[in-house]
Amino acid sequence: MALTEQTRAEAVELAGRYPQGRSALLPMLHLVQSAEGTVTPDGIALCADVVGLTTAEVAAVATFYTMFKRHKVGRYHVGVCTNTMCAVLGGDAIWSALSERLGIGHDEVTEDGAVSLERIECQAACTHAPVMTANWEFLDDMDVARALEVVEKLRAGEEVFSSRGPRIGTYEEIERSLAGVEEDGLAEAAATDAKMLAGLTYAREHAMAAPPAPETSPLATKAEG
Amino acid sequence: MPLTPILTAHWDEPDSHTLEGYRRHGGYDMVPVAFAAAPDDLIALVKDSGLRGRGGAGFPTGMKWGFVPQGDGKPHYLVVNADESEPGACKDIPLMLANPHALVEGCIHTSYAIRANHAFIYIRGEVPHVIRRVRAAVREAYDAGFLGRDILGSGFDLDIVVHSGAGAYICGEETALLDSLEGRRGQPRLKPPFPAVAGLYASPTVINNVETIANIPTIVRNGAEWFKQFGTDKSPGFKLFAVSGHVERPGIYEAPLGTTMRELLDYAGGVRAGHELKFWIPGGSSVPMLTPEHLDVPLTYEDMAAQGTMLGTGTPMVFDETTSVVRAIARWIQFYKHESCGKCTPCREGTFWLDQMLARFESGTAAEADLATVDEICQQISGRSFCALGDAAATPYAPALKHFREEFLAGTHTPADELFDPVAATVFAGAAAR
Ligand SMILES: Cc1cc2nc3c(=O)[nH]c(=O)nc-3n(C[C@H](O)[C@H](O)[C@H](O)COP(=O)(O)O)c2cc1C
Ligand code: SF4
Ligand code: FES
Repeated sequence: MALTEQTRAEAVELAGRYPQGRSALLPMLHLVQSAEGTVTPDGIALCADVVGLTTAEVAAVATFYTMFKRHKVGRYHVGVCTNTMCAVLGGDAIWSALSERLGIGHDEVTEDGAVSLERIECQAACTHAPVMTANWEFLDDMDVARALEVVEKLRAGEEVFSSRGPRIGTYEEIERSLAGVEEDGLAEAAATDAKMLAGLTYAREHAMAAPPAPETSPLATKAEG
Repeated sequence: MPLTPILTAHWDEPDSHTLEGYRRHGGYDMVPVAFAAAPDDLIALVKDSGLRGRGGAGFPTGMKWGFVPQGDGKPHYLVVNADESEPGACKDIPLMLANPHALVEGCIHTSYAIRANHAFIYIRGEVPHVIRRVRAAVREAYDAGFLGRDILGSGFDLDIVVHSGAGAYICGEETALLDSLEGRRGQPRLKPPFPAVAGLYASPTVINNVETIANIPTIVRNGAEWFKQFGTDKSPGFKLFAVSGHVERPGIYEAPLGTTMRELLDYAGGVRAGHELKFWIPGGSSVPMLTPEHLDVPLTYEDMAAQGTMLGTGTPMVFDETTSVVRAIARWIQFYKHESCGKCTPCREGTFWLDQMLARFESGTAAEADLATVDEICQQISGRSFCALGDAAATPYAPALKHFREEFLAGTHTPADELFDPVAATVFAGAAAR
């Protein structure tokens, strides 16, 4: 894929959603990244042109954020959370196993371009530790064997699903989804899982509930009176 | 205290995240009721409820709204902080997945109260499945006429933009978030002026956490008195406690503020079988750790402060005796180093040196004098940094040293992974043995 007239039109549309067009810069960078796989000088120039900044100003923004890549990631960009909770619960072991199997380190890509690896920070899923991501879709409650299996499948081009539901899309699909230019073709996630329901389940089993709500809202009563 | 599923009450229904699922339990019913009241009545209601921000600092929400100048002729904005990136925090993401309409409805009430016609939900970029979910909810709300022009014939207009970030913890800091949302590098701004006066595009802006805003529809529906029956005078209401780590059933537990960690542990099935609690952290890596002796302290803003820590995000992390405290701390310091935005020297340089020093303790190559050096670096960062990230980076060390000094001393001759077999700490340790 490459930057096209459509990319530009979509960038203009994104800018139009905000009171000031520059606010769309992060979504626009996701957009150009989806078109080219990385944030290229051309992508930066397109953004700069649409929001009326210099390319240096846009580059300064792009380089601040870890999700904007200046060199190609793999078709599947795999993240392993190695922040403390995940690291302790098994993330470090998963990281070592993947790195060894793939023969690559942090921020590197396999020779065939299939997989890249990144040590990622806490993904707001510590209840599901150790956590991995593939093209930013979540793989919760991982262990070494399953991590290796998932990565082998991705490498072989087999379909893999996030533990939260959606098929793991291509890097370009996900970046386009993040840009938010249209409804993406990726399925929605399941609403919950057993861990998100842990408290509710316990409460139901032990007949615990919040006290009842008042019949009518005090605000409604006030508005009438 | 018993669990009180309120925000989580219907999460086990398969369509809890849809408009239909939300409306089945009275969702959006209060929108016309709120519009019939004056905006100031809503501010007064939230003030009365005593609701405090759930993003970490616990600032009173109604008071924050009250700071927004009225009749100033400028546009006002609501910005929802959905950047959830604090290590240990994992409550906003599930909330947005399971119940995004509570957030959308909360945005409607809040925007009406502060006279904003534009709201932004800034979601960290690494969670496309959540961004998709919130976008879908916003779309449904537009289609149902709860967003857009002249909502329900009230004359009130509201647009919500769902915005993706791009990977930067500092963008959770409210002023850095504003810079990021203006299309800049996410670096904190000097305060004052506070965002309520000069926020997004230098206009009055309210920034609240996801859980804070998701509480609003319930307060509007049930009133301040109902809300205040939970918790304490200074910490009213209930909370999504996300318990992670070495427990039998990690997950989300919704309970009144003032619930104790002992009770939460009990709900979560206790520390994993055959192990015992070593240390725990009430609300994210940025707040000081506690030990088993603190299990009966109520989880409130004031009681945590009295113990020298903070409730923070209210997402306790639990570690058992297999965990090396040095390794745990070193990893958090690495995180702060990685996430330091580089704007001010104490944090940028200090986190760099802290990381080097902690690595020495972790690898068993530290000298005893290094203990004092680390302490000195922390003093140089703490209180001298531009924003709270620097302070946070300097936080974990002192309490860890206080409670586990011998482990740091061992770091002068033995690597942490020899003292504590990392395999024993993993969730799959037992499985491997079996
Ligand atoms: C480094 C740093 C990161 C933060 N990250 C978040 C975050 O991800 N989500 C959040 O709601 N608040 C975060 N905060 C707190 C916000 O600055 C702010 O206090 C909060 O969003 C206000 O909302 P509340 O009053 O509803 O809690 C962070 C603060 C700092 C210093
Ligand atoms: S304390 Fe750290 S994160 Fe905050 S402004 Fe300074 S360098 Fe940036
Ligand atoms: S530490 Fe990995 S998700 Fe929080």
